[in-house]
Amino acid sequence: MSMFAATALNRKNATKQAWISRAFGAMTISLVIPVVLVMGTLIHRGAPSLSWAFLTEDPTGGMTAGGIFPALFGTVCIVIVALLASVPVGVAAAIYLSEYAPDNVFTRIINLAIINLAGVPSIVHALFGVGAFVLFMDFGTSILAASLTLAVMTLPVVIVSTRESLVAVPQAYRDACLSMGATKWQTIWRVVLPNAISGILTGIILEVSRTAGETAPIMFTGAAFFLPFLPQSVYDQTMAMSLHLFVVATQVPNVPESLPYGVALILVGMVLVMNSVSIGFRVYLRGKRKW
Amino acid sequence: MVSHAPVHLSVEDLTIAYDGKTAISGINLEIRKNEIFGIIGPAGSGKTSFLRILNRMDANVNNMSWTGSVSYNGTDLRTWRNLYALRRKVGVVFPLPVGLPMSIYENVAFSPRIRGIKNKAEIDDIVERCLTRAALWDEVKDRLDALGSLLSGGQQQRLTIARALSQEPDLLLLDEFSIAVDPVTTMRIEDVLKELKSELTIVLVTNLVQQCRRLADRTAFFLSGECVEVGDTEDFFTGTVKDQRTRDYVEGRFG
Repeated sequence: MSMFAATALNRKNATKQAWISRAFGAMTISLVIPVVLVMGTLIHRGAPSLSWAFLTEDPTGGMTAGGIFPALFGTVCIVIVALLASVPVGVAAAIYLSEYAPDNVFTRIINLAIINLAGVPSIVHALFGVGAFVLFMDFGTSILAASLTLAVMTLPVVIVSTRESLVAVPQAYRDACLSMGATKWQTIWRVVLPNAISGILTGIILEVSRTAGETAPIMFTGAAFFLPFLPQSVYDQTMAMSLHLFVVATQVPNVPESLPYGVALILVGMVLVMNSVSIGFRVYLRGKRKW
Repeated sequence: MVSHAPVHLSVEDLTIAYDGKTAISGINLEIRKNEIFGIIGPAGSGKTSFLRILNRMDANVNNMSWTGSVSYNGTDLRTWRNLYALRRKVGVVFPLPVGLPMSIYENVAFSPRIRGIKNKAEIDDIVERCLTRAALWDEVKDRLDALGSLLSGGQQQRLTIARALSQEPDLLLLDEFSIAVDPVTTMRIEDVLKELKSELTIVLVTNLVQQCRRLADRTAFFLSGECVEVGDTEDFFTGTVKDQRTRDYVEGRFG
């Protein structure tokens, strides 16, 4: 018998290996099934209601007909204001935590607080938003209040992803840079941040998706049930896609079947477009740095 | 010999500890201007910790503390408030080449830029001069915009030397620079160092006893955080060392 001939043990291991590979593969494919079903259903049932007018016109007939433009516009506004509020704060906090903060009890408490903030249910954030922004800071139910509520809710995502990508930049770069007489900020600005930018953008992408899709936090803070005109400032209420979907799907009688699916399809498509823009920007930055 | 050159660094009773654990205990030595000062010794003998004090990088290491005094051109390092200015005078070359993740040009232009030089022609000039002195210019002059990390290991190490020179330092610290470099490139870098000696002081930490013999004017032997012996390099290799441990190390009986 050749020394390379398969023993019984070899054969058993090979069989096991083959089965594990098949089983894990099957689980991976099962992941795709819900995505395909959701997207397939949305496209199949929502497509009939799609048209250019659907995107650009106001809802009519008690929201049973017409378009979704005010909701689309409102969601874009809410997302932009939320990003303007949360990205600077989140990125600055992450830079502080990763580059400046001493490793002590206080820092650990802050880190713990951030993780816990991520675990707070969105309805609790909604009520916090009502208390803090709508009533206490007297913004009323407005885009500003809704966006700030969402910003608070998504801050942990930005902070954690930014911090992780900063930590992933090799310490050797920092040491080399500092030993050349660069200040800490020069090191961060010229070496650390450029190398962490794609991770930071990933965090922001996640934030955009969540901000656009959340319903509960904006329901009581700034999103209107029906508002057939556009907001004039951040102190106005606005319609929003997520709430509009909830409304046409459950609150309004005699809605044509394809309408809620159309709204859902646009909402998903919108998030995909925003993500694609961020991903494109990331690829562009990476290509520019050849890194 | 350079034995009567003015003193560049004077180290008195230097003790370094990490979290209270001693890494270097009570070192006394002098490093003179325009000499290559070799430091040899096995791993863990405190060589790198010693270098870290010389450009005050200990200030960036939380658990590192030191006592004793180190004077730099007569000024006590502890009283040196502007550590950034100090570090700009001290170039450092690490064991593994740390090319910053940017182009070859930007690697060398980095230090001039953080010093506030904005004039493109002036920076071009510094880049060319430093790369030439590091014996790298001819190999990279046509691809200055390529990423530094695309160079070979030996080229990258010369790039870090060029980068250190771009600081216009008067002290150059080399920490086992040849560990990831092939022998031919090592020889080229050694030639560069011999030339640089006329302009600046070099502290060369090395694991290679023969490299120290080739380059250093004077040598210190570190062992377990102690400076066993300091003297002219020639004495180390002609058997006139005082300590038996030094002789054993130099002759390869341990370490």
